[in-house]
Order: sequence, then C-alpha cells, then structure tokens
Amino acid sequence: MADGASNDAFVEFERVQKSYDGETLVVKDLNLSMPRGEFLTMLGPSGSGKTTCLMMLAGFETATHGDIRLGGKSINDIPPHKRGIGMVFQNYALFPHMTIAENLSFPLEVRGMSKSEREGKIKRALDMVEMGDFGGRRPAQLSGGQQQRVALARALVFEPELVLMDEPLGALDKQLREKMQFEITHLAHNLGITTVYVTHDQTEALTMSDRVAVFDDGRIQQLASPDTLYESPENSFVAQFIGENNTLEGTIKELKGETCIVELDDGEIIDAKPVNVDKVGDRTLVSIRPERVEIDGSRLQEGAHTLDAEVLEFIYMGDIFRTRLRVAGKDDFIIKTRNAPDQQRLQPGQKIKIGWLAEDCRALDA
Amino acid sequence: MSDSTDTGPVLAADGSPLKQSLARALRREKMRALALIAPLLFFVVLTFIIPILSMLFRSVENQIVSDTMPGTVAAIQDWDTGGGEAPDELVFQHLFIDLFNASEAKEHTKLGTRLNYEQTGLSSLFRTSGRRLDDIGETFQDPLEEIDPAFEEADFWYSMMNGEGGEGLLEERRDMWNAQVGGGMDGDVGFVPSQSMIDLLPWTTTAYTDWAIWAAIEDEDVVAEEEPWEAVYGALGIDLRNPETVAAIADYDGPGAEQLQAAVANMDQLPQTSFREAFAEMDEDWLDPEVWDTIAVYSPRFTSGYFLTAVDMKLSAEGVTAQPEDRQLYIKLFNRTLFMSLVITGSCILLGYPVAWLLANLPLRTANVLMILVLLPFWTSLLVRTSAWKVLLQQQGVINEILVWLGFVDDANRLILMNNQTGTIIAMTHILLPFMILPLYSVMKTIDPSYLRAAKSLGATNIVAFWRVYFPQSVPGIGAGSILVFILSIGYYITPEIVGGTDGVFISNRIAYHISSSLNWGLAAALGSILLVVVLVLYWLYDRIVGIDNVKLGG
Repeated sequence: MADGASNDAFVEFERVQKSYDGETLVVKDLNLSMPRGEFLTMLGPSGSGKTTCLMMLAGFETATHGDIRLGGKSINDIPPHKRGIGMVFQNYALFPHMTIAENLSFPLEVRGMSKSEREGKIKRALDMVEMGDFGGRRPAQLSGGQQQRVALARALVFEPELVLMDEPLGALDKQLREKMQFEITHLAHNLGITTVYVTHDQTEALTMSDRVAVFDDGRIQQLASPDTLYESPENSFVAQFIGENNTLEGTIKELKGETCIVELDDGEIIDAKPVNVDKVGDRTLVSIRPERVEIDGSRLQEGAHTLDAEVLEFIYMGDIFRTRLRVAGKDDFIIKTRNAPDQQRLQPGQKIKIGWLAEDCRALDA
Repeated sequence: MSDSTDTGPVLAADGSPLKQSLARALRREKMRALALIAPLLFFVVLTFIIPILSMLFRSVENQIVSDTMPGTVAAIQDWDTGGGEAPDELVFQHLFIDLFNASEAKEHTKLGTRLNYEQTGLSSLFRTSGRRLDDIGETFQDPLEEIDPAFEEADFWYSMMNGEGGEGLLEERRDMWNAQVGGGMDGDVGFVPSQSMIDLLPWTTTAYTDWAIWAAIEDEDVVAEEEPWEAVYGALGIDLRNPETVAAIADYDGPGAEQLQAAVANMDQLPQTSFREAFAEMDEDWLDPEVWDTIAVYSPRFTSGYFLTAVDMKLSAEGVTAQPEDRQLYIKLFNRTLFMSLVITGSCILLGYPVAWLLANLPLRTANVLMILVLLPFWTSLLVRTSAWKVLLQQQGVINEILVWLGFVDDANRLILMNNQTGTIIAMTHILLPFMILPLYSVMKTIDPSYLRAAKSLGATNIVAFWRVYFPQSVPGIGAGSILVFILSIGYYITPEIVGGTDGVFISNRIAYHISSSLNWGLAAALGSILLVVVLVLYWLYDRIVGIDNVKLGG
C-alpha cells in the first residue's frame, strides 16, 4: 500500500470486511486513509466491492468487521442521516415530486434552517453549478446533464465535509461526461471538499483524481496517483485494467538490478524491468504500453533486444494509427503511432522489427 | 416530394393530394384495427351502453298511464288538480271505455301496479273495478235487448256500424291497442266504421271499433258474426244521454234506425245513474280526489316522479313535496352508502399500504409468496368468502368464541359483529383489499429505493424520509386504489346483503329489491341513475382535486 494511516487522516477504513451471506467476503480486509481535501476514486470492475465500500461509508451498509472513522471518530453506529455526508447517486435520485429549489431546500429544512438562510444557500449552490434559473422546474423537465448538476448542488448545499459520488456520470454522453468531469474536480478543489468517487471508467478515474484505489476481488490492488498507476502498475491486474496494454508470457532468465531478461514462451529474448518478480525461473507477464513500442530501430538503445513482428491490420484513427501485429505467436499485439507527416504507415503483411526501452516493459506476476 | 414555395396542398408523387393518399394508405390499417376491436365493441355496446341507456330511459318513462287510459288522460287535463273534488261525469265515461278495454287486454292490473307505487291501494282499486265493468255494461245491455231483441244480434250491429269513411277512426283505435298491448294488433279487421255513424253515435262507434279490432285480431273471430262486448252498450247509453244525439236519431234513416228510435223512445228503461255514481258504487275510492290527483300527476308520458321518489320527494297536486317522515329512506341510504364506502376505502388504505410496501421491497421470492396470498381471495368465490365471514363474525362465531375463551369479552356480552355496519365494513374491506394493494404495489415498485437513501444522506430521519419523499410518490397508487375500491364498494350488493342485516345494507340492495321483489323498475332505474351520476361527479371532483393524470395503475 502506498499510503498508511497518517495523523491527519480524515476518512479511515481499518481492516474492514463485508459479507452479505456469511459465506463469501465482498470486501476483504480493506485499509484506506484519506487526508482532508483529497479527491479519491475507487476504480474497479463491477463486483469488485467498490460500491459496497462507498455504501458502508455512507451508512447504508454496515461493516461486518472492522472500523470506519470519519474525522477520527468511529461512525460504525451512526445512522446515515447523522453522518453529514453529501452523496450523488448514479441515477441522481432527484425527488420527482419537488421542484429543483425544493430538492435543494430539503437537506436544509431537515436541519431546521430558517427560510431566508435556506434561500441564500440554495441560490449560491445553484449558481455554483450554473443552474440559477432552474429553481422552479421539476427534475423531469431537465436534461441529464442539468439533473447531474442539480444532484451535485444538492449534495453540496448543506456544506458537507465529505462528498460521495456513485458513478455519477454513467448516464451522460461522452462529451458531456468530459465536461462534467472537469467541473466536478474543479468544484471539489475550489471548495476544498474531500471526495470519494466511484467509477468503473478508468479514464474518468485518471483525469479526475488525486489518488485512485484500484479494486478487484474485494481488495485494493493499488492505491496511487494516476500517473504512477499508469506508468508503474504494481501487478498485472492493474496493468491490464488501467489503459491499453500488451502482455507477453515468459520466464525470468536473468535478474540484474533494474533490468532483467525474460525468455518468452516461443524462445525469444526481451529486456524488461522487474516489478514484482523475485527470482530466476519465475513465470512472468510482461506488459508494454502500445505507445511505448518502437518500430524505428534507430531510436532503440544500443544492443537492445528486438522482436520480429508481422502487420495484421492497420487502423486509421485520426490523431493516431493503431496497428495490430503478430508478435511471439500472439495475434493481439497493438501498437499506437502518432499521426505525424514523417510517420510510417504500415501495410498488412509487412514484416517489421519492434523493440522498447527496458524500463517501459514491466515484468509482473503471472 | 413537393417542397416548392407554392401555397397549394402538398401533392404526392402521382399528383393526388398528399393528405388523400395518406388517408388511403392508413385506411387498411384503420379497418384492421377496427376489425380487431369489433367483437369487444359489439359486446360493450350490447351489454353496457344499451343497458345504461335503457336504464336512463326507464327512470323517466311513464307511458303506461296514457297508453292504457288515453281518453281519460285527455279528459282529465281540464280537471282542477288538487281542487279536492273528483272529476265530472265525462272523465268517468272515458274511464269506463278505457278501463273496459284495458281489462279485456288484462292491462289494467299493470296500470294499477304502476300507480300503486305512488299511492297505495290503487292496485286493488283497478283490479276489482276491472272485473266489475261488465256489470255496468250489462245494466245497459239488458234493457236495450228487451226494448228490441235486434240489439242482441251480430248482424244488426255489423250492418249498422259497417260502412265507409271511418278508416281514420279505425287506425286511431288500432294505434291505441298497439300502444296498450305493445304491438301485434295489425291485420285485416274486416270492418270499417261508417262516417255517418261516427257523426251520429261517436261513443258507440268508437267502442264498437275497439271491440271489432280486438275480436278480429286477438280473438280471430269474424266481426260480422259476433255480438259486441258490454262496453258498446254502455257507450250507446252515453250517446243516448246527449240531447243532440237524440235529436239526430229522430232524423236518421239508415240501418238500425228503427231500433235506435225505439231505444230513444224507451229511455226510461235504461239506467238513470251517472257513470260517476256507478263507479262510486263499485268502489267509493273512485270519488276520492287524491286518487284522481295521482292519476292526473302521473298522466304525462315522461315523469320526474321516480327520481323524486329516489330522493325522498314526491310529485303531488301541490307540486314537488317531501315524502312523509316514515317513508323517507333513500337519502339516508345514499348517505350511508357513501359514508361506508369512504370508511371501507380508508381501511383498505390503512391495511393495504404496508402490505404493498412489503410486496414492493421484499426479495422477489418472498414477494411472490406474499403476492399469492394477496391474490388468493380472487380465486375463491365471492359468495364463499362472504359466507366465511358470516361464520367468523356471528355471535356464536369463531371471533367471539376466541375472545370469550381468552376472557376479553364476557360470555353474556358477545360482540355484535354482523347484521350491522361493522359486519359490512369488515367483510368488504377484506374483499376489496386486493384492489387497493395491486395498484399501490405497481406504483411502489417503480419508486427507486435510492430516493429514500438520498433523503437519508441529506439528513432526513426514516420518518421524514418516508413522509416527504416516499409517500408523495406513492400517492398516485393510493388514488388509483381508492377510486377502484370506492367505486366498487358504492355499488356493492352481495356482501351487504349477506352480512349487512338491515343497518348495513347499501343503496344497491334497495335497487335489487325494486328490481326483483317490488318490480318497480322505474324507481330502480332512477336510483341506479343517481348512483351513476354520484360516481361520475366524484370522479370529476377527484380529477379536479387530485388530477386523473396522477392515477397510476402501473409503471
């Protein structure tokens, strides 16, 4: 784990476990610590336990074992309505029988605020999400993006210190989603709110978060900043889950500090950077990002190993070219090249040599 | 495509107007759609629309009085209704002819029954009088036959009455018979009244024509071979009392002149009493002005009388007045029906809401079992369910036995749970409960549980979250269920009949009584129409207050 419990931790999970049926654990031994003001994303495939964690934090699920602390206090026995956590739901959950203003007024009313105080806060919150003119409408009269903004405003209007978001952009189209990603991060940082964001979309996780917790099988596989996660995945799950990735299977042939030599299953030899392999003879999965593969031999280091490849398919994607190769007996090796004037356009059937920098090729657990 | 800027109609590719070719293209589809719904449409029209229209018509229809006593009804128009005096001789003369015809056709008892709804005693008055009208006729027939035996002969009457020019009268009287017996009096009579006799002896000719039509068509006799019935002799008596007729007979020289002149000459042998006195002798009620008030008030072809009765009023000579206290019944019954339906609807909401909530929120498997339990009553006969309640609720029944056994209730003071309103409310709440639960369930099923979570995350306690977020969204289900239950219960019949006793019956039980026991269909129709209007008004009010768009029977 990249981060242990620190003294200024605001949200803490300590050895949290959750089981619904008493037979299988949905969340297995979760430890997590978040400082105030952080934007943390829980990323993982469905069924990985990320939403369960969020629900435990919100108070809609109880932890089977372990302790969840907020601002140093255990909140295990505090009912959801007393936790003071703002939440944005996947389907927004705007109350259909109330107007937008009434929706925003609701959390303030249940806190017993006066009418004038409420009105000021509602106006500020709506202005903040640029929905100031929509107070009198009903949710059904708004577009998906507008509803999303209102849901956000509602979660923020009572000024919670922690906001939880459960795949809030899942229902929006791509363009709107990207715009909202930017707006949400912006708001969260400007207001200094601690945010826990759940998504299964890795691009979203990478672009929005301070740190990303990659969930799989009820555990955090890696908790790190987006760039570390992308460039230095700690295990093969993270490597494959984050971004596009080429994998080749082989055995460690030689270990020498920062680099190692891997013999692929068809006998070819490549250079790699050992990440979580210990000894010679271990099975390994080496991973190379498609954009880090070189097809121009002159740009490789002296003496670097190269592999024979055959072009199977060339896809023109505008900004980049995406080429599918047969490498080491596998048909799904992808490389991406920038669409530059001098860039070579490969033809199917063409035989080429590919190589990479040893540090871009990570030898991970098999 | 025609997208030119001209303002004429848009044309299709072949130059015909686009609207026309669209209509042609859609016609087949429309016809097919119509064919698909045709059986249902036919069924609905036949079993729903037509009965309702017929009910609405029946509730104001009152043709029986003028159809059965056309002459009397016409004559009574000049009479001073409510003046406290029975009408004069002319009305009784018409009554004699009309009632004689009616009793021959056996229609006078129906008329008696009809008028008996409005005034008790008229049924027997008409029935007994009908039987004795022959006697009045015979008081004229016997002396006339004594004066001249020709009056006994069919030939004599036929040759005197038959002639030409009286087709108008024949058809008029045929219409009278048709209206009275409901048709079937068409066909050849073999007789046409002569115009000279119509002029000379109007009453007699009319009565003879009545008889002739009846004899020829109903009895299938030959008019020329039969002696007319007693009414004709009575009618001759009426004619002979008219001095102008007497004068005209002296100048008459056609068939039967000799006999008529003989009758005039021997007038003193004919009865001298008036028809008014003759009727009074039969039954002195005929001189009761109230009887005639009733006949006069109910003589129009359409009446508001049934509706007035249905709201505890009545038509009388003084206009619309309230029924006497002891006959006021229907307003109370309507109020009770509405009140109890409201109570039943309310208890269905109270009992059904939690069940629907459970159904919507339990795991599917458990919810299915519960759903079967909810639907179980639908699979049992209504009669069986209601009878089961009888077993449960009676004083020696299951509930009382258990309460006594547990010591909650003293053996001497067992609860009276049926044959009163309590029984009806308990049993009907149970029977109508599924109609509340099902719409509620289908609405609740569509309420996303995340709304409640959102409310709680925003700081609402469970109760506030339910009341301000969940409940308002379930109101359309309550609305739909309430309309269903209320409208069903307002017209409910079997359950109140079985467990309601006298205090717990509904207006529909009274309607059923009038349809099957008292046979006062007009009143039953009026009560039914009022019930229909009440339901429609409530529906309209509901639409105004809650909005019918807010009613959901499903997602």
